[in-house]
Amino acid sequence: MEILIAIIAGVLLAVVFVVISAPLRAARDVEDGDVGASTESEQALQAAATGRGYERAELEAARETKYREIRDAELDLRTGKLSREDYDAIDSGLRAEALELLDRLEALEPLEQKPSGESLTPGKANPELEA
Amino acid sequence: MRLVVALSAAVLLASALIYTSFSAASPALSPTQLLRQAQPGRSYQVTGTVVHGSVRHEGNGLDFSVTDRAGGGTAIPIAYTGTVPDPFREGREVIVTVQKQGGRYVGERDSLITKCPSKYKTAPAGEKQNY
Amino acid sequence: MADLGRICLPLALLVCVYGIGASIYGARTGRIEFSDSGRRSVYALAIVLTVAFGVLELAFLRNDFAFNTVADTSSRTTPTFYRAAAVWSSQEGSLLLWAWLLSLWSSLALFLVRRRMRDVAAYATAILLGFGAFFISLMIFYASPFSTTSPAPAEGVGLDPLLRFPTMMIHPPMLYSGYTLCTIPLAFGMGALLARRVDADWIKAIRRFAFAAWLFLGIGILLGARWSYSELGWGGYWGWDAVENASLMPWLTGTAFLHSLMIQEKRGMLKVWNVSLVLATGTLAIMGTFLVRSGILNSIHAFGGATLGVPFVALIGVLIAGSIYLVVSRRDMLRSQHRLDSLLSREAIFLGNNIVLVALCFVIFWGTYFPLISEAFTGTEASVGPPWFDRYTVPLALLLVLLSGIGPVIAWRRATLANARRNFAVPLLSALATLIVLLAAGVAHKAFAIAMFCCAAFVLGSISQEFFRGTRARRAMAGEALPVALVALVRRNRRRYGGYVVHLGIAVLFVGVAASSSFQHAVEQRLPVGGSTHVGKYTVRYVRPTATITPKNDAVHTGSTLNIGAVLDVSKGGRHVATLSPSEGFYDSGEPAQGTVGHLIGGQAVSHISMSAGVTRDVWTAIAPDISTPALQRIVSIGNRTLPADEGVVALGVLAREYLKHPPAAQFHFIVSPLVMWIWIGGLIVLGGGLIAIWPAPSAVRRRVAMRSRARTARGLARA
Repeated sequence: MEILIAIIAGVLLAVVFVVISAPLRAARDVEDGDVGASTESEQALQAAATGRGYERAELEAARETKYREIRDAELDLRTGKLSREDYDAIDSGLRAEALELLDRLEALEPLEQKPSGESLTPGKANPELEA
Repeated sequence: MRLVVALSAAVLLASALIYTSFSAASPALSPTQLLRQAQPGRSYQVTGTVVHGSVRHEGNGLDFSVTDRAGGGTAIPIAYTGTVPDPFREGREVIVTVQKQGGRYVGERDSLITKCPSKYKTAPAGEKQNY
Repeated sequence: MADLGRICLPLALLVCVYGIGASIYGARTGRIEFSDSGRRSVYALAIVLTVAFGVLELAFLRNDFAFNTVADTSSRTTPTFYRAAAVWSSQEGSLLLWAWLLSLWSSLALFLVRRRMRDVAAYATAILLGFGAFFISLMIFYASPFSTTSPAPAEGVGLDPLLRFPTMMIHPPMLYSGYTLCTIPLAFGMGALLARRVDADWIKAIRRFAFAAWLFLGIGILLGARWSYSELGWGGYWGWDAVENASLMPWLTGTAFLHSLMIQEKRGMLKVWNVSLVLATGTLAIMGTFLVRSGILNSIHAFGGATLGVPFVALIGVLIAGSIYLVVSRRDMLRSQHRLDSLLSREAIFLGNNIVLVALCFVIFWGTYFPLISEAFTGTEASVGPPWFDRYTVPLALLLVLLSGIGPVIAWRRATLANARRNFAVPLLSALATLIVLLAAGVAHKAFAIAMFCCAAFVLGSISQEFFRGTRARRAMAGEALPVALVALVRRNRRRYGGYVVHLGIAVLFVGVAASSSFQHAVEQRLPVGGSTHVGKYTVRYVRPTATITPKNDAVHTGSTLNIGAVLDVSKGGRHVATLSPSEGFYDSGEPAQGTVGHLIGGQAVSHISMSAGVTRDVWTAIAPDISTPALQRIVSIGNRTLPADEGVVALGVLAREYLKHPPAAQFHFIVSPLVMWIWIGGLIVLGGGLIAIWPAPSAVRRRVAMRSRARTARGLARA
């Protein structure tokens, strides 16, 4: 019984150590010049951790919120809560704010491909999407 | 301006609350304290232990006596009607709201609470916890 | 086996301490490997605590009475199902459950945000591990689940029969999940303040966590109410007991937070308010945990001893002081960016909702902690009862329901007054119609119940109108069939329509509460066999007594030794409605001093109620049989004198037969409550609506919507 407990405890300790130290060991490997598949992911990690990565996440979240607001306003119009005039005023205001967000987003991205696969070419409205 | 109005309303509500809580509250007393301080017509919360052999069913009600939790002291007879909780039995700690009427103490309807026997023991092994 | 557990706890504490250090170091120096290591410490903590919990659970299942906890709360006669649940019926076990759930939920939350908000997440990790360290330290130094006695006792005390109900398995883990989940938004809130980053990305993440906390806490509260009502011999679902209130308070602030977060999202306002709410929710959750553990307030659930009180007060003090410091020192970054456009806007209604919810929370807080407050000010400990609570919570609840009916009718940002006035027509008509019907039915004296019914009708009217108009608009746009349009409408606007469903559920729930409290008929009566009594419109007749003996290791029942009850016939207007059989279970006390037979029935007696639940009403019955008659007591004393130690069961058989032959009059409690079922149904609707609201749209849909909007955004402006 005691041996069993000792073995389990030993395994537990080992697992804990491996789990916790993995990032530290990976970082050390990179520093030691261990180039390989880890380099790119390491770069991506660094990029995401920079202020630019934060700003992008922030702008993207704000953009999503702004789109949602535009759709909400339209739904408010269709369900009779807003008059035409009020809706037009609110809608153009929201769209202006949204475009401003999009401009700032585009100013951020150089040549990176966004992970979601979306690449917004500035200034061009895609004709296929006219709906 | 709006903030001032809102805050004043909040303060008013809070004062009403605080005032009524002090006047509507029933002080918690032990049986010994109750004997000394009880005034007829006011409600008091008695916390005590049910005396062995004192429990009697009277019609639709229950008669029992309580003494101080710490032991000793005079036993106070209480005439109670209403729900009797499951854990209720002789030797258990109870809380009941009573009013002094004449020489008797009448329990308020459905105000009897019996403390669940303490399942949580934090005393080290070997020390008996009072249930 | 206990040794393994004893190793796990200090190991867990070490992991916590390391994780706190690594996370803070990683956050301050920007070295990701340390932040990641800190996050992984949480995963490691979850692994270690799972092992520890497994050890304890195994000990219970194996009846290893060397463990003090097992010996105190379980026994060989406790059915397996309840042995497994007994783990968290003790102080030590529940601390372990809390810590374990904290580690699991924290791991999940941190895993979900592992690529974003790194500095915020790092500080949050440190705070969560701090909580973990606190609870683990409590276990190591105050109440260890792994303390043992040698030699091990042969038999345990057994699980308190009051807890031997199926809901016992679910209610504590669910409630503790709710409490632990409340600490995650708190950690991220503090983390955001520490990292000076309160922004849209943070809102997105914290909303999910706050919602999960809200969901689990809500389920836990509902389960507790249901347990109290359908399984305890009391017949009520809410008693304003200190522990009930303690779980409701963080739920109220959590609900307020979910609403006001939307205002911050749209208008950049209320940042200080939101951060305060999220910190308050977490602190109230810890205070709730403290209330249950420390027995500092007189309560039905008075568990625990005073020894744990001091560390908890210290923790709560640190939380409050820390929160205040953080908010005050970061107040410049929490400044509002905009103001409310108009008072006639949904944002303003949300603000109103927040005020009512916080007012409710304050009332409940005041009433719950009043014994301590009055002791501080007047020297005597005084408490307020349910009437005081009702007096203030009922009007606030009415206001809350009313607001939830007004909200759907008003647009975001700035509603058109003329439209709003028109849109109120249908809801007002519903409320008016309800009022007329109720007055005609002659129930004018129950003012609050009528008010609540009318408010609920208002809500129902306004929400139905919303669904109707939305579906009609969708059909006009896309030409779909009615059911398809409805589904598509909800799918494309989950937050809005999910929210509507939640409010509908709340209205239904309050209808149930109002009806079952104002129109309840309750009777307590002593009845002989054949006797009957009237409860409201129902007649209940005591048909015959029942008595069963359950063998020692009967796992089907709850382990009771003797079960005495009655068969009741319930009829209404001469027509048979139901046959109910409430009973009282007697349990082994395990104390030989009570006698060979005496100890078999000397333990905690538990009422097993019998209920006929219906859509319009519940008929609830309970019995407290009298086994103290001279004839029955004589059997017990003869059995004590003459029977050998392990053959006391024989006397129980004689006792049972004697009871059946000459049954004494028994004390009955009957309650007929209308519309109770709608409380549970309303609760389910709330949960369903919440899930709809939070369900994320598939990313493909999001991408399409985003791209299309980009084009249309540009076009829209060009048009203007």
